[in-house]
Amino acid sequence: MVPMIEAQALTKSFGGTDAVRDVSFSVHKGEVLGFLGPNGAGKSTTMKMITGFLAPTRGTARVCGYDILTQTRAAQRRLGYLPEGAPAYGDMTPFGLLSFVADVRGLGGANRKKRIEAALDAAQVRAVVHQPIDTLSKGFKRRVGLAQALLHDPDVLILDEPTDGLDPNQKHDVRTLIREMAAEKAILISTHILEEVEALCSRTLVIARGSIVADSTPADLLRRDPLHGAVVLAVVPAARAALLPKLHLIPGALTVAEEGAEVIVRPVPGREADLLANVTQAMRAENWPVTEVYQQRGRLDVVFRTLTTTARAPVPTTNAPPRAA
Amino acid sequence: MAPAFAVFKREIASYFATPLAYVFLVIFLVLATSLTFYMGSFFERGQADLQAFFNFLPWLYLFLVPALSMRLWADERKSGTIELLLTLPLAVGHAVVGKFLASWAFCAVGLLLAFPLVIAVSVLGTPDYGVIIASALGALLLSGAFLAIGSAMSALTRNQVIAFVLTATVCFLITASGTSLVTGAFANWAPTAVVEFVSGFSALTHFANLQRGIIDARDVLYFGSLIIGFLLITALIVDLKKAE
Ligand SMILES: Nc1ncnc2c1ncn2[C@@H]1O[C@H](COP(=O)(O)OP(=O)(O)OP(=O)(O)O)[C@@H](O)[C@H]1O
Ligand SMILES: [Mg+2]
Repeated sequence: MVPMIEAQALTKSFGGTDAVRDVSFSVHKGEVLGFLGPNGAGKSTTMKMITGFLAPTRGTARVCGYDILTQTRAAQRRLGYLPEGAPAYGDMTPFGLLSFVADVRGLGGANRKKRIEAALDAAQVRAVVHQPIDTLSKGFKRRVGLAQALLHDPDVLILDEPTDGLDPNQKHDVRTLIREMAAEKAILISTHILEEVEALCSRTLVIARGSIVADSTPADLLRRDPLHGAVVLAVVPAARAALLPKLHLIPGALTVAEEGAEVIVRPVPGREADLLANVTQAMRAENWPVTEVYQQRGRLDVVFRTLTTTARAPVPTTNAPPRAA
Repeated sequence: MAPAFAVFKREIASYFATPLAYVFLVIFLVLATSLTFYMGSFFERGQADLQAFFNFLPWLYLFLVPALSMRLWADERKSGTIELLLTLPLAVGHAVVGKFLASWAFCAVGLLLAFPLVIAVSVLGTPDYGVIIASALGALLLSGAFLAIGSAMSALTRNQVIAFVLTATVCFLITASGTSLVTGAFANWAPTAVVEFVSGFSALTHFANLQRGIIDARDVLYFGSLIIGFLLITALIVDLKKAE
């Protein structure tokens, strides 16, 4: 199957420093690819190149098989794009903006009306449809931008921080919307909200200082947390010392550490489920004085921090400092 | 051409979505007519023509047109909407032409609203309508050339004030090179050919030709090439500088 989005060694230099370097990936129909990375990592720049706004210094991108450099308009017809910050003509109303985009995209006849209605509903901007965009709240502006991107029911959606500035309910709605559309489309979203990646994305791309540092499923990323699958036991203080050597011998245990009132048993990679079963079994058989036991999941913020702060390449001076996750 | 028309429609709507359009039209009409009547000695000249009106027009356009054209592209860049616009499936050329034609149509509306002046002179006497039509065509072409220049200057910067100053300066230069002040300065020492060359560059010279009531292909060509040339430059600048 031909990928719907294909970035081929995309590189962009601004005044000598590479903001994006050799970024290659592909997104197939049915996939939601989450684009993660610290501020200034190059997420928006990559999206600008894929959508034909910025010409790459090297490399190219294909949208539905159309080269963005040589078949720009064919590619642009097939993609919907929400640029960073959701820019929109402030003096227009959401309806006016959608009509304009429909005109440029050549939507006509009955289909035009149907599509405008559908986009207004999907992005839930009906309530403000005749209010100038300048006077809308930040969240509504973002949703108008989203409606604009959805207007022609494109095969490819590229959304730069689609849930930025939305309230929790709206975030939930937009995620539901994206999930509903996912089966029929290829979707690339960038975000700083890590739980969104877990909730939404079938794959994650982590980019730091312009280069891809990880390309895997969210579940795989979680496994990179050293504490992923660790079994945590709360043990009565008096019995703790006696328990430690026993835990060392449990099959599947890699290390045992005391941390405050808790004992943390880290698993041998790949034996997370095993470890929990063995610990609970031994616990019951020998009637350990344990008041609580649970297994820890990997935390994406820990993985994110490790991926984006280690192996530090020369930092371009224009880079914003990495944001604390 | 459909995308260009969509851009055209959007621009026109946006002129009238703010007070800009009304302020511009009112100022244009008030200044044009008051200059004609008070400084142009409309009545004292005792002639049924619009010479006075058309004589002031280039100087009026010199600061009104840049005010109209300054936002064409600077505003798109400042607000970031240029990213929205240029990732839609339309050629840069379509956007450039659509925006230009909208601003030009707007100038034409201004000119058309001065039509009561024609009625006034018809009541007062029997004007030469051919002269009026040729002059009006000249005015239209002149505003088109200024707007094309303004469009290119607006594409250069995200700051509207800078776009205004640049446009007014360039338009002033191509206008003033035809005034007696400039030609006179050259006439003292330069060969006639040079003087004619300099004034041949001037928008004022070509406008004056049309004001005589003769529509000469050379004058139309002059304005036409200014418009097309500066629109091409606009497209080039927009394409090169869109992301900065
Ligand atoms: N027009 C430009 N001129 C010079 N440098 C630029 C330009 N656009 C982007 N950059 C630089 O490129 C780098 C990547 O920026 P980009 O906007 O792609 O980051 P990002 O990953 O989207 O960050 P954020 O999470 O803050 O949105 C930054 O260092 C930025 O300063
Ligand atoms: Mg960004």
